[in-house]
Amino acid sequence: MSPPRPVALDAPRRLCHLRLRLGHGLHVAWGRRRHLALVRFDNVGMRYGAGREVLRDITMRLAPGGFYFLTGPSGAGKSSLLKLIYLAERPSRGLITLFGHDLATTPRRELPALRRKIGVVFQDFRLIPHLSALDNVALPLRVAGLRGERVRNNVAELLRWVGLADHLDARPATLSGGQQQRVAIARAVVSRPSLLLADEPTGNVDERGAERLLRLFVELNRQGTTIVIATHSESLIRRFPHTRLHLEGGELTTTMQLQAEYQ
Amino acid sequence: MSGLRRILGGPLDLPLERDGSGRFLPWIVALMVYIAALALAGMMALHGAAERWQAALAGTLTVELPPGDAARDDAVLAVLRATPGVRRADLLDKAATVKLLEPWLGAGLDPGDLDLPRLIDLRTDGGAGFDEAALATRLAAAAPEARLDDHHRWVDPLLRTALAAEILGASIVLLVGAAAVLSIVFATRTGLAIHQGAIEVLHLIGARDTYIARQFQWQALRLGLRGGLLGLAAGGLTLAGFAAAGRSPSLAGMAAGLPRLALTPLGWTALALLLPGAGLVALVTARVTVLRSLARMP
Repeated sequence: MSPPRPVALDAPRRLCHLRLRLGHGLHVAWGRRRHLALVRFDNVGMRYGAGREVLRDITMRLAPGGFYFLTGPSGAGKSSLLKLIYLAERPSRGLITLFGHDLATTPRRELPALRRKIGVVFQDFRLIPHLSALDNVALPLRVAGLRGERVRNNVAELLRWVGLADHLDARPATLSGGQQQRVAIARAVVSRPSLLLADEPTGNVDERGAERLLRLFVELNRQGTTIVIATHSESLIRRFPHTRLHLEGGELTTTMQLQAEYQ
Repeated sequence: MSGLRRILGGPLDLPLERDGSGRFLPWIVALMVYIAALALAGMMALHGAAERWQAALAGTLTVELPPGDAARDDAVLAVLRATPGVRRADLLDKAATVKLLEPWLGAGLDPGDLDLPRLIDLRTDGGAGFDEAALATRLAAAAPEARLDDHHRWVDPLLRTALAAEILGASIVLLVGAAAVLSIVFATRTGLAIHQGAIEVLHLIGARDTYIARQFQWQALRLGLRGGLLGLAAGGLTLAGFAAAGRSPSLAGMAAGLPRLALTPLGWTALALLLPGAGLVALVTARVTVLRSLARMP
């Protein structure tokens, strides 16, 4: 099943998607192709307040159209690394470049535009309780200034795509954990972000549900979206094509290009 | 049109209308507007009274002469009437002088019982052509025992008191405004704390600070206008009550010491402006509070 047509996807954006597809096979060379990096970290460190560093000397490049698993034990810094990418936190040292913007010199007023290029599936979904599933999913579009019947139709189509056609007006509290997760995923992808981050997205679903979810991410990746998934599930990541970023004690210890069992 | 619909109750991403702090805000604003309306009306009434006192006494002087010298009285009148800038100079007869004393000595007094001074009511053109100092000199030459009274020693303390009361009224309006601002800041900060999670989500999906601030500012405007309307209506009723009491014969004695509450069109406009003023103060305060708070987010 293919995803619905993107909302307000203009011609340059379609061209960009095409370019990303062509570039999909190039991400193995991400270390050398600086200009291709969607996300670039150079010796990045991070601490919360005056505490110890939770991330140390992180240097990495994420290529456009790449599919990455971020692994590591609990407390290794996976969520913190994701927070740095989706601009919820600032590094305490080092340099982060996002979509070609050096975050150290990018004015704060320009950050919302960068955030709109990133879709995030939070570990705890973070749906807004008083809004319906439809309004929750439409939120990134409303924030971007899009309104009206066309937006509603596209959002409804997206919710049908994730199997929630009968729950458009349901509040999050009335949905099961799996359904809430699908709303969260729909919200993360509704504006067709260039980069999709998911923090332990399979934590609340069974193995079959997790596989369905990962196939959804693979489909989005095929359309050009760069995917970064933080997960513990070794069995799952063995079945999907990916580059693996492994964190231990706040340091990036392994970066592997692995073959997938599932193609 | 959609903006107006949103102001009047369109859906918000944040359920601000359900906040407890938001429920009390209209009542607080209503009280503030009510106090401000009364203070403003009082200020304007006092200002009007002071202007009337000054206008009534402008160009009016009294010359006081010891009784018993009709020839001197005529000479003084001649000097006064020949003075540039003097429009009229009238010698009050004994009956008119006794009438002036009625409030203190009561009616039915025989003018022959008292050795009353002679009073000359002097009207000037009030312009630059009249020189009070020159008149005093000429008067002293014609009748050294004459006393020229320009009424300033009576009216000046009254004007100073009126001015002090006006400053007090303006201070009350300012203090009430400051208290309203603090109440709105407190309510907005409470709203920010209650909806912190949803605000973070909006922030992380790319909402600009102004988008989030707009939710709070429209809600504050709605509540401010609601409270302002309530306070202004209550203030209007109270002022109408005061005005009616002033006109009522049975309550005229109670209202005798109060200045008339007849407001000018400018006064009514100033009172009416309290309503949009309350809304604007609420809107701007909420917006600034939210923007300052969000500026601390990455």
